[in-house]
Amino acid sequence: MLHFELVTPARLVRSEDVYMVVVPGSEGEFGVLEGHAPFMSTVKDGVLKVYRTESGAPDEIMVQGGFAEVSAAGLTVLAERVEG
Amino acid sequence: MASLKELKGRINSVKSTQKITKAKQMVAAAKLRKAQAAAEAARPYAERLAAVMGSIAAKVAGQDNGPKLLRGTGSDQRHLIVVVNTDKGLCGGLNSNIVKEAKLQARALIAAGKDVSFYLVGKKGRAPLKREYPSLNAANFDTSNVRTPGFDEASTIAGELRAMFEAGKFDVAHLIAPVFKSALAQDPVTAQLIPVPAPAATTDAGSVVEYEPGEEEILEELLPRYVTTKLFGALLEREASEQGASMTAMDNATRNAGELIQKLTIQYNRSRQAAITTELIEIIAGAEAL
Repeated sequence: MLHFELVTPARLVRSEDVYMVVVPGSEGEFGVLEGHAPFMSTVKDGVLKVYRTESGAPDEIMVQGGFAEVSAAGLTVLAERVEG
Repeated sequence: MASLKELKGRINSVKSTQKITKAKQMVAAAKLRKAQAAAEAARPYAERLAAVMGSIAAKVAGQDNGPKLLRGTGSDQRHLIVVVNTDKGLCGGLNSNIVKEAKLQARALIAAGKDVSFYLVGKKGRAPLKREYPSLNAANFDTSNVRTPGFDEASTIAGELRAMFEAGKFDVAHLIAPVFKSALAQDPVTAQLIPVPAPAATTDAGSVVEYEPGEEEILEELLPRYVTTKLFGALLEREASEQGASMTAMDNATRNAGELIQKLTIQYNRSRQAAITTELIEIIAGAEAL
């Protein structure tokens, strides 16, 4: 499972283990699965899709002013604003 | 000697003052808990951002063409002091301590031959700083029209500061804000805001990180956000400090009022007894004269 954290200046919105997250990167969407190579990207305003399981429908979260970091510990998305 | 009626009036007025200070103390205690929770909730974001900044800055460090916010303008002649004060009083020495720290920094900079200007956040710092430095024109930011200043206010302030920086109005910006330690201690702390002090480089050798777009572009994007986060943190600390200081000050005031009431009550009882004794003596003396 991939450890996923979504953080805004006001609070830690999510911290959970999920199957996959699709991030709207500034140079195109990218999906992050467990064991992804270390990676940093800015995120454009858009929808973050969180797949809890391989087959289930994704949770959609609107993010604004974001930044994503993939490290060995998992995926961390910093966003200025979050909806949904 | 005050008359009995006067004393009674004073006791009553001190009692109502005590009620007010007691209420304000309880309100501050409740708000303090909320402010502390907010300050705590904001910590993960600041920590992660600082960590990311550290790892990128280490890669970009040493390059001359880094972003202006990191590099500075190349001179340090004009200083801007951003002072974060509260909007409301009744919080003990908090604001005067902040102003004292601001004056100290300003004096040191002026003594070193630098130009100093102010950017004041919150109402309470304006009057004392204006009195001290009437010639300095200070920009203000009003946070009194919102109930709890949040990230929006912080990004507005950061935007204004960045615009001033881009326009070449100052070279170095310092941030003076209270840091909440406990309900008893909130010390004003000065930190450099712009150019962003190079964060401690975290060298995690071994993992090759890919950047999208490039490292510089990401840094360029992150720096303004870092400034905003710093200001947001200052606003949160200010909120917690204000409530903490207010709670302590009002606790003291309530206790003082209690002491005053006790003293006045004793005085009241003494004069009442004295009046009765005099009356009795007069009656007895009258009866003996017959």
